[in-house]
Amino acid sequence: MGKTLFEKIWESHVVVEKPNNPSLIYIDRHLIHEVTSPQAFDGLRMNNRKVRRPDLTIATMDHNVPTNDRSLPILDQTSAIQIQTLEKNCKDFGITLFDINSPNQGIVHVIGPQLGITLPGSTIVCGDSHTSTHGAFGALALGIGTSDVEHVLASQTIWLEKPKPFEIKIKGKRKNPHAVTAKDIVLSIIKNIGTGGGTGTVIEYRGEGIEDLSMEQRMTICNMSIEAGARAGLIAPDEKTFDYLRGRKYTPKNYESLVEEWREYLKTDNDATFEKQFTLHIDDIAPQVSWGTNPGMTCDVTESVPFPDEFAHGDPNQEKGAEKALNYMNLKPGTPIEDIKIDRVFIGSCTNARLEDLIEASKVVRGQKISPSVRAMVVPGSQMVKKQAEEMGLDKIFIDANFEWREAGCSMCLGMNPDILSPGERCASTSNRNFEGRQGTGGRTHLVSPVMAAAAAIKGHFVDVRKMDLN
Amino acid sequence: MESFKNISSIVTPLDKVNVDTDQIIPKQFLKLVQKSGFGKFLFFNWRYDEAENKKSDFILNDPKYDDSKILISGDNFGCGSSREHAVWALKDYGFSVIIAPSFADIFFSNCFKNGLLPISLDEKLVEILQKETDPISIDLEKQSIKTPRQEIHFDIDSHMKKILLEGLDDIAQTFQYEDKITNFEKNSKIPSVL
Repeated sequence: MGKTLFEKIWESHVVVEKPNNPSLIYIDRHLIHEVTSPQAFDGLRMNNRKVRRPDLTIATMDHNVPTNDRSLPILDQTSAIQIQTLEKNCKDFGITLFDINSPNQGIVHVIGPQLGITLPGSTIVCGDSHTSTHGAFGALALGIGTSDVEHVLASQTIWLEKPKPFEIKIKGKRKNPHAVTAKDIVLSIIKNIGTGGGTGTVIEYRGEGIEDLSMEQRMTICNMSIEAGARAGLIAPDEKTFDYLRGRKYTPKNYESLVEEWREYLKTDNDATFEKQFTLHIDDIAPQVSWGTNPGMTCDVTESVPFPDEFAHGDPNQEKGAEKALNYMNLKPGTPIEDIKIDRVFIGSCTNARLEDLIEASKVVRGQKISPSVRAMVVPGSQMVKKQAEEMGLDKIFIDANFEWREAGCSMCLGMNPDILSPGERCASTSNRNFEGRQGTGGRTHLVSPVMAAAAAIKGHFVDVRKMDLN
Repeated sequence: MESFKNISSIVTPLDKVNVDTDQIIPKQFLKLVQKSGFGKFLFFNWRYDEAENKKSDFILNDPKYDDSKILISGDNFGCGSSREHAVWALKDYGFSVIIAPSFADIFFSNCFKNGLLPISLDEKLVEILQKETDPISIDLEKQSIKTPRQEIHFDIDSHMKKILLEGLDDIAQTFQYEDKITNFEKNSKIPSVL
């Protein structure tokens, strides 16, 4: 019987396998950052252990770095300590670090692919749930906790229960691909299968709707696999994948011979079977806007805020959840989404802060000014993205429209640095989580695509970006 | 890691689905560089108002539950961020067992690294336990939950059970396979980064 892409990568990385037990899986790439690693290095020191493969480990600082002037000292003492701790740990254990002043610094899931560290058919882990992003390259990429970070540092392996393969087919073609984006596809998926719909699985995204996407769009899809609860997301590599990685800073010297093998091997066999399946038709999907406090609480921009019973389809727990969410979000059922006014706009995060995201958003913004009642910022995903965008003059377009143009980092996606919402503020955000307090205690987050966020910044409320000229 | 001891305690019913790790431990507390002391920040934004006064309507603020070691919650507990700080906070606060109809994968895996027992049970049983006001006992060896009225069996992976019961050091276990890891590396086709 044939094998799925996931099964092929899994089998080629099993070090120890015992029936009815987790398997020991080899890890090819370990990415680390300042927030989830300090306790792991402490554990190594306490037990006199070394990092087994510093040459497979890369570190950067992204979660709590300030995004304003980098020449200034970090004012938040606890953040400063965490950053210094990472510097010391990398020095002590011989790990390559892209620090706050490095041209390679950025969100770990943006720089991995940009530097050619992410490779098809490899296993990648990071102490961050959005590691699923790298699955866009046909890598098995998993978010892990700090104990597993320590385990990988010490042994270059993790123990893992084998997840089940889940096929999500994307059928059809979007009529207006500038207005209806990869973000809208993935939000539509989560809206349909729920935030626990992928639990215990590795999702493989397939079909013409996926093949049509650029690598950056595919990363947006795989990035949010975790929001459906999946262990990882995967897309089979094709010529777009191989082209993207060719000639990057850390692309292997024997890349072309690897590509030859990957081309043959890294795909799901025709007679392979999946344990779970879901199909999404994208011909007519609309731009999506989340209205609640998890990414599954999402609707079309043309719809209204749902009534809790209508959302819950008879599940009393979901109904209670929706009531609480609407209360937190201060929204009344029946309110048209386009009538919701916003205070803040955040274009950034590992979901949507790559060059293409900024190019698309700039088309909405060009020659316009943001609404006077809105404060808006663009936080490029990496210093490289920032530089490329500046070479194209995108920074000027955003600044002329009164956006703030920032340095790279996770920023207001999770508000660990000074970029946060004030209590009660409402934000159109290109990030991945609309959880209570995620962007700042009491803050209210609506997840949207970069073009939808840009359009909301201009109008001061949500607007169906399909009505705008984006060519 | 300490080995898991059988416990008897009243349950704290947290009647919510999709409890995410951002709620369990909000981001402002992720900046510490040690594993201890997170208990006081558990469910911080649900426990305290803006002036950091305790909110009277949140279950953990009811003194009746002060000594509870068992938290019961709804579907998909621990979803979202991979932050192990969520498990450190639950454990440090005093919980040893979390019962829910289902758990998010990364949270579930993090529990076992820290001696916290996650039990997933049928939704109907979870509802019954949520209403239980007498202490219940949990015996991991026997995989049983005992209430004054009934005994409920729960499933757990045999490997995970052993890790909790023996308080095993995961990494020391793995080092037993060092030869196999070295052997794997000799045949690996993925080159090093540098």
